[in-house]
Amino acid sequence: MKTENNSLDPRIKQLDLESSAQSKVGEKEYWITWEVFHQDKRGNHHEHQGSVHAPEAELALVFAKEQFGRRKKCVNIWVVRTDHVFTFSYSDEDMFESAVSPEKSYREANGFKVRDRISEYKKKNKIEVKVKGGVEGYFGGITET
Amino acid sequence: MNAPAIKELILKMADDALIIGHRNSEWNGFAPIIEEDIAFASIAQDKIGHAWALYKILHEHFGETDPDRMAFFREEKDFRCCHFVELPIGEYDFSLVRHFLFDHAEYCRYEMLEHSSYEPLAQLAKKIKGEIKYHLLHADTWIKKLGAQGSEESHARMQSSLNELYPLALGIFEPGNFENELMGENIFAGETELQKQWLENITNSLNNTNLKLPEVKNPRIGFGGRKGFHTEYLRPLITEMSEVIKSEEAGTEW
Repeated sequence: MKTENNSLDPRIKQLDLESSAQSKVGEKEYWITWEVFHQDKRGNHHEHQGSVHAPEAELALVFAKEQFGRRKKCVNIWVVRTDHVFTFSYSDEDMFESAVSPEKSYREANGFKVRDRISEYKKKNKIEVKVKGGVEGYFGGITET
Repeated sequence: MNAPAIKELILKMADDALIIGHRNSEWNGFAPIIEEDIAFASIAQDKIGHAWALYKILHEHFGETDPDRMAFFREEKDFRCCHFVELPIGEYDFSLVRHFLFDHAEYCRYEMLEHSSYEPLAQLAKKIKGEIKYHLLHADTWIKKLGAQGSEESHARMQSSLNELYPLALGIFEPGNFENELMGENIFAGETELQKQWLENITNSLNNTNLKLPEVKNPRIGFGGRKGFHTEYLRPLITEMSEVIKSEEAGTEW
């Protein structure tokens, strides 16, 4: 019996494949995927770049070096088995919504911006800043002379 | 400086790199899985880059023609590559074993040249060290995977390619006409010393596998290339490699 196969690859789709001839992939006949993290400078974070197929970690590193380390500066690479990465489901995306809610602006670190504005004001008006001794003085007492 | 000795050394290194680079590039689009395809093609491209850098030294310091003309417009008899690099790519196990044997020799050679009294070669050796280190990692990893882990079939295939290729690999070390001069002037420690170090290194790598080096009846079976005598496979390779550039010279417009 001939039926249309569901392949997305047009070359495969054109083939007259017997419906009974479904291939079965054995456990060791495919390569797992590895997530690749690339570091552009010592001390910087490793950043996710993409993934590679490989049967085990050593070959995953060999492949990751050529796929993701050959066109821009790179000092180090991590590979992590894709199935060792744990994640949320997108159906739980609503959990994250409140992070960008305008009603929670108090969570934003705006205080730092105020300090920048004060410094700028003082600089513009040529006000010398003296800090009194002690903790109280530091927080409470920027004095003008 | 002994110009003929240095020229001979650089020319054979360049021709080896060009021909193995071209051979391995034939896997581009056909190698098993996309990641390996990209890695192997990229390594092949590096080899052609090494050839270019070497031809450039010949061009700038010894008055030879420019690298493109060296690569594409010489006759077969003017090439000094060894037979080992000329052979067709075979199946993937064959190409991997050749890559393993060749790149170990290349790594040792450049390691020795880092201390060469001929400055352009010493500089090149330092410059491409990291590149060749990756080539070696690629080769050693595959040899270990297919020769130690892998399956019965993979061990058998790797062993059979090793049996075929190891005697021919000795052609890399066919002595040149100026071995004593090169050693005497601290330009290069010579092919015999290179072969010794190479054997030590490949033996170490193979010790991690089930693979065994075969006995060699005739260690000179792969000789001839350094004197300009080649296998039947080189001429068709040169013809194919230079097809596009020659058709341009003949007036083809794209």
